Amino acid sequence: MKRLFVYLKNYKKETVLGPLFKLLEASFELIVPLVVAAVIDTGIGNHDKVYITKMCGVMVLLGVVGLISSITAQYFAAKAATGFAKELRDGLFEKIQGFSFTTLDSLGSSSLITRMTSDINRLQSGVNMVLRLFLRSPFIVFGAMVMAFTIDVTTAFVFLGVILLLSVIVFGIMMLTIPLYKKVQQSLDSILSITRENLSGIRLIRAFSKENWEIRRFSARNQEYTKAQLYVGKISALMNPLTFVTINIGIVVLIYVGSIRVNQGTLTQGQVVALYNYMSQILVELIKLANLIITITKAVASGDRVADILQIEEPKGNKVMSQQTNWDHGDREYKVEFQQVEFTYQGAGDSSLKDISFKVRPGDMVGIIGGTGSGKSSLVHLICGFYSASKGKILIDGKDVNQYDEKSLRNLCGIVLQKNVLFHGTIEENLRWGKEDATLEEIQAALETAQAREIVEGKPQKRKTMLSQGGKNLSGGQRQRLCIARALVKNPEILILDDATSALDYATEAKLRAGLKELAKNKAMTIFIVSQRTASIMQADKIIVLDEGNMVGMGTHQELIKSCEMYQEIYNSQFKKGEDNEQ
Amino acid sequence: MNSRETTKKIFAYVRKYGIFVFFSFVLAAISALLSLYIPILIGNVIDNIVGENQVNFHQIHSISIRIVIFIGITALSQWVMNLCNNKITYHVVRDIREDAFSHLQNLPLSYLDPKPQGEIVSKMIADVEQLSEGLLLGFTQLFTGVVTILGTLAFMVSLNPRITLVVVCITPLSLFVAGFIARNTYHLFRVQSETKGEQTSLIDEMIGNQKVVKAFSREEKVIEQFREINERLTKCSLKAIFFSSITNPSTRFINGLVYTGVGFAGAMAVLNGNLTVGMLSCFLSYANQYTKPFNEISGVITELQNAFACAGRVFEFMEEEEQIPEKEAVLLSDQVKGMVEIKNVSFSYDKEKPLLKHLSLKVKPGQRVAIVGPTGCGKTTLINLLMRFYDVDEGKILIDGVDIQEITRKSLRSCYGMVLQETNLRNATIRDNLLEGKPDATEEEMIAAAKMAYADGFIRRLPQGYDTVVKEGAEGLSDGQKQLLCIARIMLSKPPMLILDEATSSIDTRTEMKIQSAFEKMMVGRTSFIVAHRLSTIKEADVILVMKDGNIIEQGNHEELLGKKGFYYQLYESQYQ
Repeated sequence: MKRLFVYLKNYKKETVLGPLFKLLEASFELIVPLVVAAVIDTGIGNHDKVYITKMCGVMVLLGVVGLISSITAQYFAAKAATGFAKELRDGLFEKIQGFSFTTLDSLGSSSLITRMTSDINRLQSGVNMVLRLFLRSPFIVFGAMVMAFTIDVTTAFVFLGVILLLSVIVFGIMMLTIPLYKKVQQSLDSILSITRENLSGIRLIRAFSKENWEIRRFSARNQEYTKAQLYVGKISALMNPLTFVTINIGIVVLIYVGSIRVNQGTLTQGQVVALYNYMSQILVELIKLANLIITITKAVASGDRVADILQIEEPKGNKVMSQQTNWDHGDREYKVEFQQVEFTYQGAGDSSLKDISFKVRPGDMVGIIGGTGSGKSSLVHLICGFYSASKGKILIDGKDVNQYDEKSLRNLCGIVLQKNVLFHGTIEENLRWGKEDATLEEIQAALETAQAREIVEGKPQKRKTMLSQGGKNLSGGQRQRLCIARALVKNPEILILDDATSALDYATEAKLRAGLKELAKNKAMTIFIVSQRTASIMQADKIIVLDEGNMVGMGTHQELIKSCEMYQEIYNSQFKKGEDNEQ
Repeated sequence: MNSRETTKKIFAYVRKYGIFVFFSFVLAAISALLSLYIPILIGNVIDNIVGENQVNFHQIHSISIRIVIFIGITALSQWVMNLCNNKITYHVVRDIREDAFSHLQNLPLSYLDPKPQGEIVSKMIADVEQLSEGLLLGFTQLFTGVVTILGTLAFMVSLNPRITLVVVCITPLSLFVAGFIARNTYHLFRVQSETKGEQTSLIDEMIGNQKVVKAFSREEKVIEQFREINERLTKCSLKAIFFSSITNPSTRFINGLVYTGVGFAGAMAVLNGNLTVGMLSCFLSYANQYTKPFNEISGVITELQNAFACAGRVFEFMEEEEQIPEKEAVLLSDQVKGMVEIKNVSFSYDKEKPLLKHLSLKVKPGQRVAIVGPTGCGKTTLINLLMRFYDVDEGKILIDGVDIQEITRKSLRSCYGMVLQETNLRNATIRDNLLEGKPDATEEEMIAAAKMAYADGFIRRLPQGYDTVVKEGAEGLSDGQKQLLCIARIMLSKPPMLILDEATSSIDTRTEMKIQSAFEKMMVGRTSFIVAHRLSTIKEADVILVMKDGNIIEQGNHEELLGKKGFYYQLYESQYQ
């Protein structure tokens, strides 16, 4: 929670001035009962109408000054609160942008999204309320107490007792409810996650006529959320009545003690009224404070959740170690090199890749083939530095990947992931993702190679066609081709297609491959193609065959078809039948 | 949607909890009136404290005991009232959220597809939350406030009508100011809520696909985009919050005037002998209590403005037109023979750009239809229409001679088993995912289906077996494995018709061979539509539809089409070139 205060640093002035003006207003408010006591004791006591009128004039004046300082305070508070929320949102968003794949895997996007939205909103209103009221209320409470002491020390001890008791109640309830509010936010997370899942799986849900099932599932979580809210609500609902009781009993005691003092002649009636007024003021403030405490409690719970994310440190361990390695310039004839690489996903029991070694020259086309779950995707993700190898070394241009900073490594590699995601925006904006300043020629060339030109040409608005989120207004194959084009626009030195052509028909895929071959030749682009189909990788310069994380074969198609049993099996399963029928 | 309609809708939801509202009102009245009565008693006590040796302790004792009892009752009713209010608010909000979610299930895909997910998510989560906070505040403070105002007036009139007049004359000012500010801030809150929606959808899109963002080193650009919206949001939030927050100081100022007025008039009355000092102190305390609710009410009103602006967005969403209402007729999946007839169907997503044009096709029960063609030729669209994800613009689709518009979507869809291009598994255990198509299947049936889809083996190897949770975005299962699960799901539900949309594209071919043979078994006697790229699958089809640019350009079996030497022939050749 504390680390969140940094985000207020640009609003120091507002953060200080807001409460100060509030205090100014509060001080004027505190003078009012004194003025009233003067009216009663001096004005009424001496039958002095002029004095009474003058005092009333003073009260109006106090009101005007109070109004001005209060509005000023509200402005500063609002400014600081919105500014704080803004910087925090920026900060959190940037933090998330910096997360590694491993961290993203473990956090899940729904919970990040609630934190970015609902939690920060709560924090914003929390800060706003704190700046407006949190100083004011205790100030009035303590101010009233101090004023009481100036009137009569003995009676004022009642104030002290009441305030101590109140602090116990207020903080006790706060301590009890903060963890509960955190739970409430967690259930909100799960509602969000169901909603998101529902939206992204809507076709499946309808295909299976699972709408009612979904609704039931949603209701169950929704009910849980309501229950959690009601539970914590029960406890916070105690705040108001308890403070009410404490204060009013306090008043009764106060007046009783006061009556004894008056009877002794040490106190006047007007002073008792003033004391009573101060006690009432405390009551009014506390009712406000009680509501405020609920807001603050919620904000603190949300703040902790946000701080949890901000606290996450990305491990940088590998970097230090690799700095000591001397790299041999001679090795730069290889673009990519794996040396006994092993890789295990965080939290997974078994490693996904074991003892992988290979070398790839610039301009080579490498095919990676293997069964489901054989580690193909993991292998290429390692090249891009999405994850770090658990053991062994990966070299690009002879240099350990851990020595590259993230950005230059990503600029080196263009990857098309299995999950083809396009973003809300025009086709052109999407294509420029990898290279903001790409020329039209570059874009055209990429579209051409990716066999995506006709998609663009087919749209009335051409490159300016708007895509909806996730590119939902395109077919799967169209999305794949645009995603490939997007990676090509970047003009990367290493291009990786991670099973990115599965939705393309053979003819289109063949043309795409031919285009890529050109690029490999002309621009020395090193290309990795991950695929399930032998046809996609047959012509590669080097084919790596994976089976359950082990490399079971490496070589050209001709070599593997002779030597690698696994490869033969895959090849036959796809081609034998076809050839038979052709004859 | 204007605020009156919104209010009406909210009231409709609240009505269900009428009994709690009633209790809440009664308790609010009790606690408000008692907390007004307590100052009178205290005033009485003060009047018994006149000066040295002029204190009537006996009187003070008996009144004090009464005060303590009333304090107890007030506190108790406050607490129970709070509980009632929590119950009303959280239940109302729960109902709205649930209705919104149910409504979402009935919205046509043509509405949902082009909408950013985050926008809908923001309505269902953030806006409803805001409404909840507003309502809670409203219930806790609005009614108590009103009762307090009325009660105070009554008490004051009974004490001294003339001073009351002073109070009554000044307070409308307070209402006027509050009303004026509220009216002018409503649209500010709406702008704020809209900008928030925009931001949420960016957050949803980017953080939901953070890996792609990272793969393209797009972080900076995305941050820039985010900052721009954030900047705008901050500006409009500042306006909304600041202008609405002027309400409180302004009303407090007017309260100060009331207080002063009472003090002045009261002091004069005491001088004239019309009032005791105790009563004056009681009056002053009333003046405070009387004006406090105005303060609170004005605060509540701004909060409610914000809440209603959000609720308006939610209700607007809930008024989006649902899918064409259903006909009652039901198609029983175990009686369907599987004759599918497409009659002169035209369809387009975008009216500007026609896609399917006068398409006709007749499929006999049990036939296997393969749909081939270049990507983007309308294969997926055809499936959207068969499943009635979208309704045809023109023409008809018949199953066993029945127009699919005449039967419920549910029964239509239950006749199809579908494996889509993208795997769609939910955040639940593998078991729950498999049982989706047939919730009453036995454990044995489920395992048998998993075995048929060659999924049993890898499922058993998972740490929790069938109870492993398929996690959002997690690396636990490979795409191929997910696809296998989808297939197992179909194997379990055994529907009369099948739709396989590139179903096997991310499964390695060894596994696929096995699946193919399982599919073969399943396709016997079932009408099947297959969008496939593998010629081995296509060749065995009874009818091959060759689609291009939204039209079926060739139709026939493998040999016939090869004989034509047309588009299909070219496609076929290109695979083995």
